[in-house]
Amino acid sequence: MTAIADAAPHVRDPDLKRRLQRAERRQTRMAMLLVAPLFLFIVLSFALPILTLMTRAVSNPEVSTNLPQTLTALGDWDHAAAPDEAVFAALAADLVETQKARTTALIGKRMNYDWPGARSIMISAGKAVQNAGGGPWKPVLVASDPVWDSVEWWAALKRAGAPYTDFYLLGALDLKRDVKGDVVRAEPDQAVFIDIFGRTIMISFMVTLGTLVLGFPVAYLLATQPARTANILMILVLLPFWTSLLVRTTAWVVLLQTNGIVNNTLIWLHLITEPLALIFNRGGTLIAMMHIQLPFTLLPIYSVMRTISPSHVRAARSLGAGPFEAFWRVYAPQTLPGVGAGCLLTFILSLGYYITPALVGGATDQMISYFVAFYTNKEINWGLGSALGFVLLSLTLGLYLLYNKLVGVENMKLG
Amino acid sequence: MPYASPLERVWYWVFRVLCGAVLLFLIAPILVVMPLSFNAEPYFSYPMPGLSLQWYQDLVNNPQWQLGIRNSLIVGAFATTLATTLGTLAALGLSQRKFPMRTLVMSVLISPMIVPVVITAVGMYFFYSDIGLTNTLPGLILAHTALATPFVVITVTATLTAFDHSMTRAAANLGASPWTAFRRVQLPLILPGVISGALFAFVTSFDEVVVVLFIAGPEQRTLPRQMFAGIREQISPTILAAACILVVISIALLTTIELLRRRSERLRGISPA
Repeated sequence: MTAIADAAPHVRDPDLKRRLQRAERRQTRMAMLLVAPLFLFIVLSFALPILTLMTRAVSNPEVSTNLPQTLTALGDWDHAAAPDEAVFAALAADLVETQKARTTALIGKRMNYDWPGARSIMISAGKAVQNAGGGPWKPVLVASDPVWDSVEWWAALKRAGAPYTDFYLLGALDLKRDVKGDVVRAEPDQAVFIDIFGRTIMISFMVTLGTLVLGFPVAYLLATQPARTANILMILVLLPFWTSLLVRTTAWVVLLQTNGIVNNTLIWLHLITEPLALIFNRGGTLIAMMHIQLPFTLLPIYSVMRTISPSHVRAARSLGAGPFEAFWRVYAPQTLPGVGAGCLLTFILSLGYYITPALVGGATDQMISYFVAFYTNKEINWGLGSALGFVLLSLTLGLYLLYNKLVGVENMKLG
Repeated sequence: MPYASPLERVWYWVFRVLCGAVLLFLIAPILVVMPLSFNAEPYFSYPMPGLSLQWYQDLVNNPQWQLGIRNSLIVGAFATTLATTLGTLAALGLSQRKFPMRTLVMSVLISPMIVPVVITAVGMYFFYSDIGLTNTLPGLILAHTALATPFVVITVTATLTAFDHSMTRAAANLGASPWTAFRRVQLPLILPGVISGALFAFVTSFDEVVVVLFIAGPEQRTLPRQMFAGIREQISPTILAAACILVVISIALLTTIELLRRRSERLRGISPA
């Protein structure tokens, strides 16, 4: 095609020009047809699930679907005092339905995130309505729990009644809404997530820095050795790269555990008398993560270093620069694209670590992924789990955009 | 280094020792741990009291491990086939000179590699359970295919940037249909890249544990899932035996890829770049 396209401007025949354009359009269409199956597949099997997670972070169906009449009756409530009998009658009617459908506890569970003890308030309210013969309903419900006479509780119920909410997303950032609906900081005993995000970023940063310090000299060695030696040394880098993450994590557990190889060797060498605590702490997590990420940082640096001509440093030396000055001022700046690409990739991948900290880290080394899994699997608080995932995803995608700008996905290479 | 100053000479050796230590750090954990899977006693330290193959026997005879190995092979085979086919087609399309919004499309196709795997797993757990794909092998195959395709797209794209498109034009000039030109000219030349991509895809699926934790039930337990369960409680030498087999597989695949890379470089040497 290139040959014809280059000739095109000189061709006077308009028919030929049109035919060329048609051929190019056909080719583009063909290319899009080739990409379409994978694109559709990724959208259906990957992007839609991610979208589901993002909707879960804001969807809030528990109260809105179960107390529809109450929420309608609450529509023009002024937050001045507890609502009047009409609202209580609507609530009673709703509770009769939820008692039948056994969903009262579900409302209680949702309210509990916002109001500790709300579960039992809802359950006793449901029972009270079921047992009472008829209205007026306000005394019945206030008798079941005095909280039904308070403005704060009704405000919380109304807030939780919106079909979509920023409650979980705010919670993931240690924020909440007060009675008036303003965003305020969460109570100190519940404000844990900023710390966990900070820890996640800190661990990723340490791992990135560590792999750079360890990887840069080795990349330089590999780039400057003759091809035969470099190829053999390269195998030492690529074999761990190719080995299962789980296998490498297992290896570190075996090495670092209390009666593990490292401790036993140190005792055998009489360097220590008591085994050191090497595992289930920050140090163990960092060592294992650096080991896994080292090739990801090293390989892009290496491939850039291979393209740097040794004559640059030689020229600098012959112009009077010392060996270290020549390296630092002439060679090192040229490696920056590789350093940037490798470090950014390692940082992005480190943010999402789950398995390794879970197996070799202690309670205070768990990163944000662990809590996404914890709230989804153990606590069954899908809203909060999804919201934490939402924040982590935004952070990762932001950095991915930066990576695209600086490095470009087309230039990504493996091994 | 006849003209080097003493300082430079010292630095030269310090640098070498430093690099040696880093390379040792990379390779030692794997090499030190592997022999322990032949230990006669279920301890993890040297010296070993005796050698035995009992942990490998356990691996082969234990029905849970058998199930794990079988599931991993089935899921890996299907996911690799799907990912290699879809990924190669997409890479071929993306290599066209005028592809609209190439960077955007490519970013989307690569994103399963970048998005933290827990997020993918939780999202799939919600979405796949809505459509009845959780606790099924097909669900797991679809999930692993999505995770594996970026590796195929990246490797095949890298091979295609070195591919000389005048080859297919020459074939077309000589009367070959587009399909024949692809099958007889282009495919053989990019095949090393396609195979490397397929191997990457297989390893990705064969190692994956997080998505399995979320969307698979006990019947879909895979080898890594079985290993993960064991490491959490108490490491048994059987886990090390499984790890050892995985390392041997990695070595085999790495060797294959290295050979393919050399072949590909040789072929490229013939083509006028």
